[in-house]
Order: sequence, then structure tokens, then C-alpha cells
Amino acid sequence: MTKKILTYIDHFHGKAQPSSWEGLGLAVEIIKDLGGETAALVLGDGVNELADTAFQYGADQVLLADSPLLKDFRPEPLADMVAQAAREYQPDLIIFPTTSRGRTLAGMAAVDLETGVMVDVIALDWEEGNISATRPIYAGKLLAKLTCSTTPQIITLRTRAFTKPEPDPSRSGSVTDLDINIDEAGVVTAIASHQEKGGGVSLSDASVIVSGGRGVALNPTLEPPGDLDEAAAEIWKAEQGFALVQGLADVLGAAVGASRAAVDAKYIEYDHQVGQTGKVVSPDLYIACGVSGAIQHLAGMRSSKVIVAINKDPDAPIFNFARFGVVGDMHTILPPLTEALKEYLAG
Amino acid sequence: MKIIVCVKQVPDTAATMSVDNGAISWGDAPLIINPWDEYAVEAALNLVADQGGEVIALCLGKEGETEAIKHALAMGADSAAMVSDPALIGADNVAASKVLAAAIQKIGEADLVLFGQQSVDTDTGLLPVQTARLLKWPSLTLVSKFESVNSGSGKIQVLRSMEEAGQVVDSTLPAVVSVTKDYGEPRYPSFMGIRKASKAEFPIWSLADLGLEAPSSSIAWPEVTEPIQKEIVTEIIEGDTPEEKAKSLVDKLISEKVL
Repeated sequence: MTKKILTYIDHFHGKAQPSSWEGLGLAVEIIKDLGGETAALVLGDGVNELADTAFQYGADQVLLADSPLLKDFRPEPLADMVAQAAREYQPDLIIFPTTSRGRTLAGMAAVDLETGVMVDVIALDWEEGNISATRPIYAGKLLAKLTCSTTPQIITLRTRAFTKPEPDPSRSGSVTDLDINIDEAGVVTAIASHQEKGGGVSLSDASVIVSGGRGVALNPTLEPPGDLDEAAAEIWKAEQGFALVQGLADVLGAAVGASRAAVDAKYIEYDHQVGQTGKVVSPDLYIACGVSGAIQHLAGMRSSKVIVAINKDPDAPIFNFARFGVVGDMHTILPPLTEALKEYLAG
Repeated sequence: MKIIVCVKQVPDTAATMSVDNGAISWGDAPLIINPWDEYAVEAALNLVADQGGEVIALCLGKEGETEAIKHALAMGADSAAMVSDPALIGADNVAASKVLAAAIQKIGEADLVLFGQQSVDTDTGLLPVQTARLLKWPSLTLVSKFESVNSGSGKIQVLRSMEEAGQVVDSTLPAVVSVTKDYGEPRYPSFMGIRKASKAEFPIWSLADLGLEAPSSSIAWPEVTEPIQKEIVTEIIEGDTPEEKAKSLVDKLISEKVL
């Protein structure tokens, strides 16, 4: 049973979220087995280049809406375009990346198209054309197998759960321009401005993560400046600890994570929280520094390929989930570890 | 200003989850308000404290799943309503959104509907946008800050979060907003609040009360399993000094091709 698969290319002002290409890679895999065709959906302003890249990652066709009206992320007109594209192309399956925008548009399009969404999928079966999806629930403490009885079926893919294909610069295909019937006067949302985020590697995309827990503030040898009260001194100590975490992350090109305890204690911004009420990640290497390993944190990172735990408490639960454990104070281990890795990577 | 906050009851995040005969179990772990929803309740209470008005907690759940509503009332919500109907067991997100949209219309005249960013059980994050889409109201998701809300002029400005940047968005009321943890710490319920909440009465609406037939669901969950845990053999890195341990760890990572 052949399939038509539409893959949404998520981007911010023309810069693609890499997980969009993982979606195209999956679409190509399914078509290889079942036959059919793949199309990429590219919506934005000045996004011709994204269309070219979509061909390189395996799209046979690109459905394109290129208009200043679609420049910024405004859910309503974009969801209208997704639904319109689906009505015209008639896909069996629509794939989104599980990004903030992908999740929103998938949810809204499902309402318009009278179907459902299987969110944050980590594995997909398509035996004999019957699609079923596996997704973590309770932050990965359990797995659910899902099916969808209506078409189009819509899925959003967890970042890094599917392989990103190698781009083939020789590939090309046909571009179909979608009619754009958006009346700006009817769009109730306007973007006043954007606020830059602090740089650094994003947790969801990272192949290596170095994270810190409460232990970052527990360096006994540090003497905080005398004018700080107790609470401010603790934060100051934590900042020194996270500087060590950041130093190691920089050497490895890694993202910086944190436990809920560290975030709740205001040692670092919430953006870095890994766990059940933070981000769920599965990098190739996860180095936990001064993290005890509460069940909420484990839920967010235990599917990492290799876990390294550095903790001065030999009974910390994190050691039960680590491939390698270093019993010791992160403040004394991290500086020589960072140096040794820097030396090795400099080759 | 009239604000409806949608809340949900979930097992405590410290619960160990298991599957017994196909049914999801959290042992004897306590049931709590979905932790993300506390930020939405906090935001609603602050907006109303600023501008006057009322906060209504709305919960879709099985009979007796009142923990989330009780917590919202204890934090300071003025009133609550629950939707419960056996026909809703196994409802998917679109079906649940239809029910919530109908309940929001039954309550009537809301300026804002707030949600937590997602629930810690099913983690879909779809209800805010799907409810908004059904109501034909703007969706403002992942909001960490309300720059301004004016029910008189019907205008709202919020700070939304995306992967690459924050986005300051102007929109119109009524609107649906999902609130993130960045909004700020939710308050603890006061002793008086808890007493008041324990005595509070609230309506429990069936689908018929909302004038709805049982909405059909596209998504089914034929199977829930416990993930297979890979066997982990932990190797403790030995060494007399931190330098030795660091060196030994790097050697291990290289020999196992992690680096």
C-alpha cells in the first residue's frame, strides 16, 4: 500500500531545526518499503534555499508558500497553510519535528483536518502499511504504542530519535507554489519584537550533555566575597561550580544541563533543566556532575547512550545508572578532566 | 477580568510507574495537581490581584479526581467546575479539547483561558492549541511573562518562548495561553485556603450538561509497556588523585569509543 508523506520543515527565519531533516529521512525510509512519494512543506519568507535543502535530504517535491505574511511564527495563518496544503496534497501521513512550533501546528492542523496527533514519537512501525507509533509517557517511565484511525495521520518526532540522512547535493525536484489566501487584517496576532537567547548548544539537539546538580554549590575550599549574605554566597558558589561544568561542555561542544534541585535553588535558568518537568534528552554521552539522581531527573536522561556520574557520595542513586562512575568532588575532578580532554581532542 | 485555568490531576512525579495487567499503576504514590498547572494558576491569581476579576479552575477527569481542583482552590481560585463522564474514558486530545471548549463556553465570558505547558503524564502539550483552535481564539503558547493584559481594550501582550529566541506577541482577548515554569514560583496554599478548598462545592458536568454527544477519538493506545532497561554494569574509576581519576576516565571513554 503506497503512501504519500508530507514533512513539515520547521525553521526560524529560514534557519532549519535539524530535526526537520530527521523527519524527511523517516519519510524516505517508509517510501522505500511501501512505495509512494514524499513532499516537504516549506512555509516562510525568503525560504527558497530551504526548499533546495529539502530536495537534498530526500523530498521528491516541495510545497512552498513564500510570503512576508509568513515571516514570523504566527500559529493561526501557518496552521491555515498546513491544513490547506494537506487538503491539496492529500497525504496519508504528515510528519512534524517535536519543536515548540511543530507541536503547535500539528495540534491545530489536526483540529482542522478532523484527525489526531501522535506526539513525540521515538519509533514507528509501518508493517503492511499499518502505521503504529511508540512514544514515551510519564517522562519515559512507560512507553505507549499508539494508532490513529483517521487520515491524514499526524506524528511529531522526538529530536534525535530518528537518523538524520546524509544530504545529496545532486538531488532536485519540483516546487509547487501554494496559493496564499491570508488576509493580514484577519490575523489577530502580531510580533512586536524578538529577544535573543543566550547562545550555547541546545539541550534537545546535543550529542553530549554536561549537567550540574546541587553539588555545584558545595565547593568547601571557595571563599565567597565578604559582602554577600548567606543566600547570595550560595548562588555565587554555584556560579563558580557551573563555570566548571561550562568549561567541560565547551571542550566537548556539549550543552549544559541541570537538575531540578539546581534550577529551583536558582543556580541556573530553567532552560537548562533536564527531567520530568524539564527537557527529556538522550545524548550519546551524559556527564552528571554533583547530581544525586532523583527519579524525576533520571526520567529525563536515562535513555542516554553512555552516562558518566561524578559525585562525592558513593551511595548516590545516579551511580546505578552510570556506565562510568567517579567517586570524588566535582570541583577537583572537572579541572583535570577538562584539561585531559582538551589535550586528547587537540590530538 | 474572568480567567479560566484548566488543571489536571496526575500521579506525583516521584512515583515509580508500572503496568499491571495492561493497566497503568503508580503504586501508592500521592495524586497531585499537574506541576505545570501551578504556574498557570499563579499567573491567573496575579492578573486578577492586579486588575480585579475572578479565577475559575476547570478540570476534565474521572469521577473523584478532584486533587487538582482542590489545589487550585487552596491557592486562591474563586470557584471551580469539573467535567466527568464515563464516555470520556480513553478520549484523545481533540475529543478532550472539544469538551473543554464546550465547558469554557458554558462558563461564558472568559477573557483568558490558561493552561500549564503540558501535563506530566501524557506530555502532549496539545490541549491549549487545540482548545484555542476550536474556540477560534488566538493560541499563545509557552508564555513566561504577561507584558500587558487589558480586558477593557481587549488587548494582550506576552513573551513567548521558542528554541532560538523569545517572541513578544501582541494579540487580542479572549485568548488561550499556556504558561511555562519561567513565569515564576507558584505560591503554596495557605492554611485557610486548604480549609476553604476542602469544603468547596463545585458542579460536575456530564457531556449532556454541556450539550455534547460523546466525541469520537482518532488516537487509540492499544498497548502500554514498561521500557526494557538495558543492563548497566557500572565501572567505578579508580585513582589516588583527581588527576589520575580524570586521566583514567578519559582513557576509558576513548577505549569504549564514546569519544
